[in-house]
Amino acid sequence: MVNFNITTVLMPEVVIAAMSMILLAIGLLVPHGARKGMMPLTAFSLIGVLCYTLYDFFYGPKTSFLDGMYMHDQFAVYFKVLFLAAALLVVLSSRDYVQKLAEHRYKFYSLLLSATLGMMLMAGAGELITMYVGLELMTISFYILVAYLANDARSSEAGIKYLVLGGTSSAILLYGISLIYGLTGSTELVKIASDLGGNLTPASFLATVFLLAGLGFKISLVPFHLWAPDIYEGAPTPVTAFLAIASKAAAFAVLIRVYLLTMNSQAFSVTGQTLLIVLAALTMILGNLIAIPQTNIKRLLAYSSIAQAGYLMVGIIAGPVAGVKGVLFYAMIYVFANMGAFAVATHVSERQSSDEIKDFAGLWRRSPLAAVVMTASLLSLAGIPPLAGFVGKFYLFSAVMDQGYTAIAFIGFVMSMVSVYYYLSVVKVMFLAEGEGLPDIPVHGAMKFTMVFTMLITLVIGIYPTPLAQMAVAAAQSLIQ
Amino acid sequence: MSALPTVSSLSMLLPFTLLAPLVAMLLIVFLPKEESKTIKLVAAMGMFVSLALSLYAFFAYDRVLGGMQFTLTIPWIPDLGVNLAFGVDGLSLPMLLLTNLIGFSAIYASWNMEKRAKEYFILLLILISGVMGTFIARDLFIFFLFYEIVVIPIYIMVIIWGSTKRVTKEYAGMKLTIYLLIGSAFLLVGMIALYLAAAANGHPTFMFDELAARQSLYSPAFQKIAFALMLFGFGSLISMFPFHSWSPDGYAGAPTAVSMIHAGVLKKIGGYGLIRLGVFVLPIGAKYWAPLIAVLAIGNVLYAAFIALAQKDLKYVVGYSSVSHMGYVLIAIAALNPTAATGAVAMMFAHGVMAALFFAMIGFIYEKTHTRNISELGGLAHQVPRLATGFMIAGLASLGLPGTVNFIAEFTIFMGAIKVLRVQTVLGIAGIIFTAVYILRTIANVLFGPRRSEWDHLTDIRGPELVPLVLLGSVIFIGGLFPNILLGMINSGVTSSGLAKVLETVSQAKMGGLF
Repeated sequence: MVNFNITTVLMPEVVIAAMSMILLAIGLLVPHGARKGMMPLTAFSLIGVLCYTLYDFFYGPKTSFLDGMYMHDQFAVYFKVLFLAAALLVVLSSRDYVQKLAEHRYKFYSLLLSATLGMMLMAGAGELITMYVGLELMTISFYILVAYLANDARSSEAGIKYLVLGGTSSAILLYGISLIYGLTGSTELVKIASDLGGNLTPASFLATVFLLAGLGFKISLVPFHLWAPDIYEGAPTPVTAFLAIASKAAAFAVLIRVYLLTMNSQAFSVTGQTLLIVLAALTMILGNLIAIPQTNIKRLLAYSSIAQAGYLMVGIIAGPVAGVKGVLFYAMIYVFANMGAFAVATHVSERQSSDEIKDFAGLWRRSPLAAVVMTASLLSLAGIPPLAGFVGKFYLFSAVMDQGYTAIAFIGFVMSMVSVYYYLSVVKVMFLAEGEGLPDIPVHGAMKFTMVFTMLITLVIGIYPTPLAQMAVAAAQSLIQ
Repeated sequence: MSALPTVSSLSMLLPFTLLAPLVAMLLIVFLPKEESKTIKLVAAMGMFVSLALSLYAFFAYDRVLGGMQFTLTIPWIPDLGVNLAFGVDGLSLPMLLLTNLIGFSAIYASWNMEKRAKEYFILLLILISGVMGTFIARDLFIFFLFYEIVVIPIYIMVIIWGSTKRVTKEYAGMKLTIYLLIGSAFLLVGMIALYLAAAANGHPTFMFDELAARQSLYSPAFQKIAFALMLFGFGSLISMFPFHSWSPDGYAGAPTAVSMIHAGVLKKIGGYGLIRLGVFVLPIGAKYWAPLIAVLAIGNVLYAAFIALAQKDLKYVVGYSSVSHMGYVLIAIAALNPTAATGAVAMMFAHGVMAALFFAMIGFIYEKTHTRNISELGGLAHQVPRLATGFMIAGLASLGLPGTVNFIAEFTIFMGAIKVLRVQTVLGIAGIIFTAVYILRTIANVLFGPRRSEWDHLTDIRGPELVPLVLLGSVIFIGGLFPNILLGMINSGVTSSGLAKVLETVSQAKMGGLF
């Protein structure tokens, strides 16, 4: 084992946990009127940790410790960068939104950080219990965040729904884990892989399917996607953004590690591959088709994010290295593209108290920057060059075609062209309609920064994807070793 | 490339040609939206630089040497093997020139645009650069990237500045977009399959010449499937029957400049792609599907011409006539011989200039009379003689009158195609009669006949409005009277690029063929 200092390795997690506690304490101690500093405090600590993690990705020691319980490889660090970037963008874009909340708002940032911590644990988990603890930390934080607008019936309803359905999915996941423990006597991924062996028994089949179902819930894979639209619609918009982006990415981090390390090693991989292909195809088709008639921007983005999960699944089917690289690349650009769209949605919903697409009418005139950012983000999600989504989809689908699964790539391409239809319907409303009677809503401050930043990243990576692609390759290769 | 002391030093020529409109676009972004005169001037200057540079490239190109010239290659995405590679040869240079001729004219055809002028010219310049990029790219990935860039500006331009006639502009815009995007989905699958097959020996590549050099890696079965995918993609772009129905609706809904660029150059990307990618890289696939292309092409020529006979709206007449003319390009591609291939490229150039002029003139007529209905117009030659001249030139070029560049192109195509596709060519030549019928009838009804007093208030085109007429009109006649300027260039492209050799091999192969 390499010599390393555990504090340098665990620094980001420790800082995030500490900050979460500190923010909670500040909220309790500082009077209601003086809490404006909490947002900058959160933002700056996230920036600090993000910079450290980026440094760590390139130069830090890579190791695993506690007998492989917690991995600190480039794969995990890559995802930590992603979560931290997503959290930072959510914090930056939610300032005005959170200012409007009731006096309990100090918990918002604290909970956001604890959810981030849970995700970071999930990315690093080398065994199932650690993974589960991280997952629950994230999920429980989200239960509260989703129901944050306690006076709003839809938000409360969403919170309850998420609690019940999330609880059920956790139970299924736990059942799978306990079956695996019963079969192999271990929760460590590496050990499970060797002990589970090449034979597919009914018990191991059941265990794997339960694990997949539990994680499939988090990434809103069809047929476990039904929760997503309602909860995305009801939750406060910044929370929806974080839920759609980061929690999905975290579940993907776990899925890649668990699926590629353990499930792929056993005879399950043959049936599992078929199962995943069918689910991915269904996810892409249903997500995109049901998105077409939506009239609420958050529901539209919810279905679009279901479809995006389908694209990402394609990369898992392709497997290492090219497929995993595709997933990592796409997950990162998905953060920026989606964050841009959600920042605009947050802005509009905060200024106009509406999430209906028709209230985006004439946004081009009322807030040119927001309209341009929304267009760029949606087109990146649709995979139109020169935006980053195109390169991402290219990586994913060329990887899977290389493995001989042409049909799924074909479905993916056709469905992403179908998705252009509903993305353009939003663009149409923004550019074509005059939006008479709606207020001018210029963008300022941190929100403006978020919008410009996400759009620039989306454009720059689309035109010159090499640096991010190299990071993704390094991360994908670290997983195989 | 081999040593080219005179031209290789000009490796930045093409990037500058591409960037000039983009620089103009960035300038416009920072101009206040009230100053529409300045915006138009900046746009025109950007396009003028591009036009001047591409004219220089056209005449500085060394035809004896042939091959790709003015090349620039920068490794772009190493892990995919993508190179930012630019370069032009005798096949792409006419298309580049065409893009800039039409782009420059399109700015002037929109000179009276006052509604949201700033956004209009921003999108128009993005559109023109996107089209230009496809013709100078030597890398399939970059080619595709530029191709898809153009789709979204077109959509936005159609829905905002378009016109609602037989169908609403929203419908027209969406139909156009969906057709092209579904086509490009097929294209993408074909492209990735080709890329993966070519990567079999280690180094992945997207370069056109490398892909063509690795033909031994593509099995005949693979070539047939990959070509079919590309045929669908490029075919729907060049409005191949029966995937043509977006084209008349789209042109009718679009604003003048978009119709000009779309009919003039954008759909030519389909023909260019079929030659550059289909015939060059997948000759066996091309040979296999050629009979089908030839039959569908007859569908284009005759069916679209028949429908054009029955149209009442000027833009629909030209829209269907452009579908009809694309049939000639497809016949030429299906003939798979050097003469016909030369004709195909010449036809794309000739039709582009003609269609752009036609749409520009229709745009002016509509702007002044607020109608495009043939029955409501008449005798316009009395009031607007210059506009009528432009309309006449475009119409006569459209029916292939000798003396226009279109005649040269059609003649070359029939010369090449008659050797291999007798029946289809004869049917295609018959199509000229129908073209003559609907074009002459349209000209007669719109321009001639008794003077109508309701049009007495019209002012003739003047000043900047004359630019499309003068520029495109003179290209039509110069190309028609001195055909060697154009044909010599294309011929050098066909022979030096190896296309002639590929075609010779393919035409001698007795195997294959769908029928």
